[in-house]
Amino acid sequence: MKLLIKNGRVVDPSSGKDAKLDLLIEKGKIVEIKAKIAAKGAKVIDASRLVVAPGFIDMHAHLREPGQEDKETIETGALAAAKGGFTSIACMPNTDPVNDNRGLTEYILSEAKKRAVVNIFPVASITKGQRGEELTDMADLVDAGVVAFSDDGQSVANSQLMRRALEYSKPLNTLIIEHCEDKNLSGEGVMHEGYYSYLFGLAGIPASSEEIIVARDTILAQEAEASIHIAHLSTKGAVDIVRNAKKKKIKVTAEVTPHHLILTDSYLEDYDTSLKVNPPLRSEEDVQALIQAVKEGVVDVFATDHAPHTPDEKDVEFDKAPCGINGIETAVSLLLDKLVSKNIISLKRFIKMISTTPSLILGLENKGKICVGADADLTILNLHKEIVVDVNAFKSKSRNNPFQGWKLKGTPAMTIVGGKIVYPFSSSKNL
Amino acid sequence: MAFKHKHLLGIQTLTPSEIMTVLDTAESFYEISTREVKKVPTLRGKTIINLFFEPSTRTRSSFELAAKRLSADIVNFSQQASSAVKGESLKDTILNLEAMNPDAIIIRHSCSGVPHFTTTFCKSHIINAGDGSHEHPTQALLDAFTIRQEKKNFKDLKVTIVGDILHSRVARSNIFLLRKLGARVVLVGPPPLLPLEFKNFGVDIDFNIDRALEGADVIMMLRIQLERQQKNYFPSIREYRNLYSLTEKRFQRAKKKAIIMHPGPINRGVEISADMADSAKSVILKQVENGIAVRMAVLYLLLGGKEREALD
Repeated sequence: MKLLIKNGRVVDPSSGKDAKLDLLIEKGKIVEIKAKIAAKGAKVIDASRLVVAPGFIDMHAHLREPGQEDKETIETGALAAAKGGFTSIACMPNTDPVNDNRGLTEYILSEAKKRAVVNIFPVASITKGQRGEELTDMADLVDAGVVAFSDDGQSVANSQLMRRALEYSKPLNTLIIEHCEDKNLSGEGVMHEGYYSYLFGLAGIPASSEEIIVARDTILAQEAEASIHIAHLSTKGAVDIVRNAKKKKIKVTAEVTPHHLILTDSYLEDYDTSLKVNPPLRSEEDVQALIQAVKEGVVDVFATDHAPHTPDEKDVEFDKAPCGINGIETAVSLLLDKLVSKNIISLKRFIKMISTTPSLILGLENKGKICVGADADLTILNLHKEIVVDVNAFKSKSRNNPFQGWKLKGTPAMTIVGGKIVYPFSSSKNL
Repeated sequence: MAFKHKHLLGIQTLTPSEIMTVLDTAESFYEISTREVKKVPTLRGKTIINLFFEPSTRTRSSFELAAKRLSADIVNFSQQASSAVKGESLKDTILNLEAMNPDAIIIRHSCSGVPHFTTTFCKSHIINAGDGSHEHPTQALLDAFTIRQEKKNFKDLKVTIVGDILHSRVARSNIFLLRKLGARVVLVGPPPLLPLEFKNFGVDIDFNIDRALEGADVIMMLRIQLERQQKNYFPSIREYRNLYSLTEKRFQRAKKKAIIMHPGPINRGVEISADMADSAKSVILKQVENGIAVRMAVLYLLLGGKEREALD
């Protein structure tokens, strides 16, 4: 079955395209790109007034399977991703058991093939059981299909072990992703340390907890001449460290989440646990520094850190609630409204940071670009439509999202994976 | 009299005139506790639950007596006796108590924000009896009542608060209240327990107790918890005592008519020397006595009166 997408504004940062073009898709690939294409027998999608972008890639999501299927499954997480405009997601290894071996990676990939409507790229842990003691069999895991390694949720506390991981990863053409946090400094902290933590009487997580590890890891990456990707950058100091490291040509990349760009620690005044997240929501000054970093290109990627938790788990004392925001279905609208429609960044920059660059960082060939021969993974956006966030309409199994009721301008209109329409859901049956 | 709140969650949300309303109301209840028959029918027929998830003798008994002297029915519920130890969630525990149709629930919990959380699913009036490191509003109100008995006016009083400011809900509620009423507040403590950010609450910070006591009208000593030493907030109790405890000699630096306060329980010989705790300058037991009148006022303002019924 051929698919013809007509009259859309095609925006592809990898080639610099930004023009009204037709796209013809056949057998899961883009086969033709021209101003006017006529294709007999093709299903036609009219993309007038819509933007056609290379499929969005979320480098940082938690699918919870295996082991925590009450929060999310590979199937529901993928549906949520499709609704959120993502065609590919990288899933973090902090499942139960931890994805630290070939068997588990193969399980995730085979389940994804059976049940996921988007591409799933597993991330394995750096250390066995995420215990920070021994390296996983990294070459075997790369061979099994993981795209990166991370002990997400915590840093590799032992600096020597982290250095070994960086060194060892080099010939494997893989990526080390670090959740930067010194757990001793974080202590019992549950929110950003500062005026508001003292005001609300909640234990604080200082900015230094993140910054010390960002600094350490850029130093180690330099020494090992390896690449490092910093997950969910959240402080002004961490931005400065990454900026300086990039100036020194250290191979560091960084991601930022929508919630860290939009919300501050002051939002916690009602002790709403849907706002409890790690790294915590930071100060206004940090948020401004992150927005500046996005504008400058110090931050490379938007990622969601989609972290589903059940309502019962979140409906507790603030101190006892698990950290995480269920963000994959709101990320695109939030970024379009708060950054693109307000002209803080261009549409092209936005697409670059959510598709082109993540595909390059993860080494996903044939993704993140619109060209003949590329995978037909596409995200079609409606920049004009206003939506109201409704967590009860989520495809995710969980509801822990603090943007309930927010009115946002701009939304994914269609998600196409390998030439198949996976969102809106009703259309997928027709293909 | 204006006190238009359904709950008492903290001092932060009260206006100066609302604070004065509580103190004036407490004044009118004060005398009841000195009568031979210590009971008035004001809250007859009202049911109050005293829900304490942390050990407490003073605050719990004080609320209990306050409720009883107003003829309300009060039930005590402590964590040891509760289903919390059986794994029931906080919300379920409170919903079960709420199902018994109380008019008010008084809550003490070690986690900040629990009273706020409770208001999101409860119909009852919620009174914060101390939440984590956040607020302890009735303590600050009874402290203010005690200060007013002794000093008449708050404006330009110098109040020095000494100890573990970081973890103290008493310090926070007192800072908010005293600043609203125009007093000058100086905080003293070991730097790890006294973040500089507290300056943004409109107070002065000093790490030298002798300097901070200079010319003080009111000295508030806070209990120092021994577990803080295990977490290296300060090196040893000996060193803490040397640097921060209130002694006769240090007291000389304060004004002649200065008063010594402590929310209790005190560690004699740690944050305060025994002779200071027992001296004529100490109003520590007066605070406890005043606590009942102030809590009667709070219960009355939240639960009683025709104005109240209109608001409900």
